[in-house]
Amino acid sequence: MSTKYDVTDTLDVKGLSCPMPVVKTKQSVDELEAGDVLRVLATDRGSLSDIEGWAGSSDSVELLDQEEVDEGSETVYQHDIRRVD
Amino acid sequence: MSTDTPSQSTDVDVASLKARVEELEDELAGIEAATADDTKKMVMIATKGSLDMAYPPLILASTAAAFDWDVTVFHTFWGLDILHEEKSKNLKLSAVGNPSMGVPNIVAAIPGMDAMATRMMGKRIEENGTASIQELIDLSLDQGVELQACQMTADLMDYDEDAFYDGVTTGVGAAAALAEMGDAEIQLLV
Repeated sequence: MSTKYDVTDTLDVKGLSCPMPVVKTKQSVDELEAGDVLRVLATDRGSLSDIEGWAGSSDSVELLDQEEVDEGSETVYQHDIRRVD
Repeated sequence: MSTDTPSQSTDVDVASLKARVEELEDELAGIEAATADDTKKMVMIATKGSLDMAYPPLILASTAAAFDWDVTVFHTFWGLDILHEEKSKNLKLSAVGNPSMGVPNIVAAIPGMDAMATRMMGKRIEENGTASIQELIDLSLDQGVELQACQMTADLMDYDEDAFYDGVTTGVGAAAALAEMGDAEIQLLV
């Protein structure tokens, strides 16, 4: 996939389960400036729908991309989120 | 529009109508200002103090806070144990009366079985990367969740105010909870 944006910051929540991926993502997004992009790396499969649901309900973020990355021993769910305000 | 034939009485009517329109416009502006804040509000009542029943309200509260919702959890009866600094670290799981755990009650009732069930669940919680009760309480408080301890049941169970986590609101009762629930879109009893 061609990247049309630069990732500003990365949040690693691998190994953590619900509700931590969403809660930690929200805390990290709060630290960002408008336009910044946060990449969240999670191993919780539920983070796909959780982060999608959370981002959809928020006016201050835009979910740019969600991908599953096979890292051999585990699948990493990668979420790119832009802060918009 | 023609203005050359206004009668005296029409002038008066127009003036009073104008005044009424202004009055209504002001009223509407007030209503719009009051409803412009579209922050959702959620109130939960937490009544249980077993390990498995402590999780749902805390998970929902911390997640709702991440949604920027205004969240209050009113703890009463055994739900107070979740806010009790010492007791919250030793919440128990019981297989008695819990058919989902697949242990016959007569076996589950044997002394030591609760401790064993709790230990096994604690291990699973750790392995699964599930947050601890303390972590979820800290997260909730950090994010501005209002955790309340019911005064009547705290007195009934002889819990000292200082035994609760810092940041817990004490001295609240049913009326305070109802007042908050009346303002909330979402109300849950756990």
